[in-house]
Amino acid sequence: MTRRLAPPWSLFGLALALLAAPAPARAAMAYVSNEKSNTVSVLDTATWQVVRTIKVGQRPRGITVTRDGKFVLVAVGDDDTIEMIDTATLEVAGTLPSGPDPEHFAQSPDGRELYVANENDNTVTILDIAKRARLAEVAVGVEPEGMAASPDGRTVVCTSETTNIAHFIDTAARTVVANVLVDSRPRYAAFKQDGSELWVSAEIGGTVSVVDPVSHAVKDRIAFEVAGLARELIQPVGINFTRDGKTGFVALGPANRIAAVDGVTHKVTKYLLVGQRVWHMDFTPDEKYLISTNGLTNDVSIIEVASLKVIKSIQVGELPWGVAVAP
Amino acid sequence: MLRLAAALLSALFLAFVSAVQAEPVAIKAAYLHVPPRKAAISLLDVPADDDGLAGAQLAMQDNNTTGRFLNQQFALEEVRLGESDDPKAAVAALAARGVTLVIADLPPAMLLATADAGRDILFFNAGATDERLREEDCRGNVVHTAPSRAMLADALAQYLVWKKWRRWFLVVGSHEADKLYGDALERAARRFGAKIVETRTFEDTGGARRTDSGLAQIQRQIPLFTQSAAEHDVLVAADESEVFAAYLPYRTTDPRPVAGSAGLMPKSWDASHDQWGANQLQNRFVALFHRRMSARDFQAWVAARMIGEAATHVKAADPKAMLAYFTSAEFALAAFKGQRLSLRDWNLQLRQPILLTDGRNVVSTSPQEGFLHQVTALDTLGPDRPEARCRLK
Repeated sequence: MTRRLAPPWSLFGLALALLAAPAPARAAMAYVSNEKSNTVSVLDTATWQVVRTIKVGQRPRGITVTRDGKFVLVAVGDDDTIEMIDTATLEVAGTLPSGPDPEHFAQSPDGRELYVANENDNTVTILDIAKRARLAEVAVGVEPEGMAASPDGRTVVCTSETTNIAHFIDTAARTVVANVLVDSRPRYAAFKQDGSELWVSAEIGGTVSVVDPVSHAVKDRIAFEVAGLARELIQPVGINFTRDGKTGFVALGPANRIAAVDGVTHKVTKYLLVGQRVWHMDFTPDEKYLISTNGLTNDVSIIEVASLKVIKSIQVGELPWGVAVAP
Repeated sequence: MLRLAAALLSALFLAFVSAVQAEPVAIKAAYLHVPPRKAAISLLDVPADDDGLAGAQLAMQDNNTTGRFLNQQFALEEVRLGESDDPKAAVAALAARGVTLVIADLPPAMLLATADAGRDILFFNAGATDERLREEDCRGNVVHTAPSRAMLADALAQYLVWKKWRRWFLVVGSHEADKLYGDALERAARRFGAKIVETRTFEDTGGARRTDSGLAQIQRQIPLFTQSAAEHDVLVAADESEVFAAYLPYRTTDPRPVAGSAGLMPKSWDASHDQWGANQLQNRFVALFHRRMSARDFQAWVAARMIGEAATHVKAADPKAMLAYFTSAEFALAAFKGQRLSLRDWNLQLRQPILLTDGRNVVSTSPQEGFLHQVTALDTLGPDRPEARCRLK
């Protein structure tokens, strides 16, 4: 038997390649919850390849990454729990005791607490992420869904879909301190990074309300209009702000478009055509790209943020719902 | 324990709020109905005693959850009428108690008498599907949350045409309501390009719907009744009286699908509907009433939710202000049908998608793709503005 020895120049080449390679070998990963497939697709944001499909519980929807980057949390509503995916092993490593049918959640800025909307019993559950324990429940309106934590951590906002209210919850007192009426079926809420504005999308109302988090007044209402598209089809859901607050992206559901909105004037600057029934989005850590989940076309769209161009679409599982990017 | 603590906290909070706030705004509504008849071919179709009422009660509970945050209190009282009762006294009594909003599930003539007896009350017709209530006999104080027969028939026709099942064998029952539904189906066929190749009438000769040895006879009767029909793609039945349609599937001479009052049925709601978040409403309903939600429940639910929405916006129980809100461009009701519902301002009919159900699942939702309209595709269902014969007063 002859052994094949590698020629010395190839070893040299390998060493050179190792030297040249930057220290963190892994690019940021995007995790996409596929509501119908009961899976989470793991997407490498450097190559835009799906590198893994993780089996999770039933009906995965809300998805986020813990602040320490160690876990991806995914609400599996039909199993009445939240699963924790270990980002190192890409396996489900535990669960969090949410209330029944969790759909969506927000994390406190310090990464300690998780605020979960429980659609079926009209409550927000407050969880301790590290201890995996339930801390409190707060009664809210009918069908709580959208959740957003203020950047200073003092407030968490919950939107009730059938009550059409954004509830402001004081995170220290754990009580509702203000109720702001918005348009029909509020699905999602997001704070600007500097905490100066809260935007709330109304799926059936077709608008985004801009709320002053201090006075709790609705100071502006963003409407959308796409030529040739019936008003009923414009159903705003997900909202994501750039860190500088200059642009807000609003996913418009069955309008199959994402609106890029000027963060200051609240005017739509561009409509980006993506896949069908676009619901949620997340940025890559460098904010170069925005990833959107397109439920009816079973894919995600990649948007180049600087040029506002849709550069790619990638097949994932069935009915992709949410997306979260881990650095 | 935590749940209890949270409940106590929120109770304390509410006590605090009500101590500093004024008396809550009271919104008084009533559910006025002639309890549903029990005749049905299938045991599964026998309506519950609170059919319709339960939907209104659930929505009022939802409204009160909202009201808790906005200092509004909703109340719903039930009033039952007999089929031959004069509704005037009941309406006067309601008005005397300060009720300004009435959800009604009444036969058409009684609904008109009721509406005319309470001109200062805003009524929500959550039961009657008669076209005339939206056309020549329309009233300025009656909003219709029940779809009309034409809306239902158009929803079915769009789907059958989309399937290219254009040749219809129409079988109509012998009662007045059956004939009206038959007329709506004929109109829908003309409107969307289907062809009725033959029409037969199924005479109701009386007798019980259910007998211990009835099935053996029906197995012979239905093939006999449907034999030598002109070549058709689908049998469409109009049988609101529930005399024969449910016997048609699997028993016709020609192996053809059945639609209309059996087989594929157009409905405002179905117990199996779970799209667009509907599962949440279905779950809440079952938890409260231990039965499934029917189309009548949904129509009453929508009416009571409209009351809740209007109260939120006009911040009072004033029916005139509420009606103005309903007919404004601002009104957008979320009702688990994938898009906003609004009101046709020319006859106060609620626009809504119609589900096509086989009794087990929702097969499709109309309007179908490709049926276009300059204002909203929902107006491809039922008579459109240019055809309207209604003059609201």
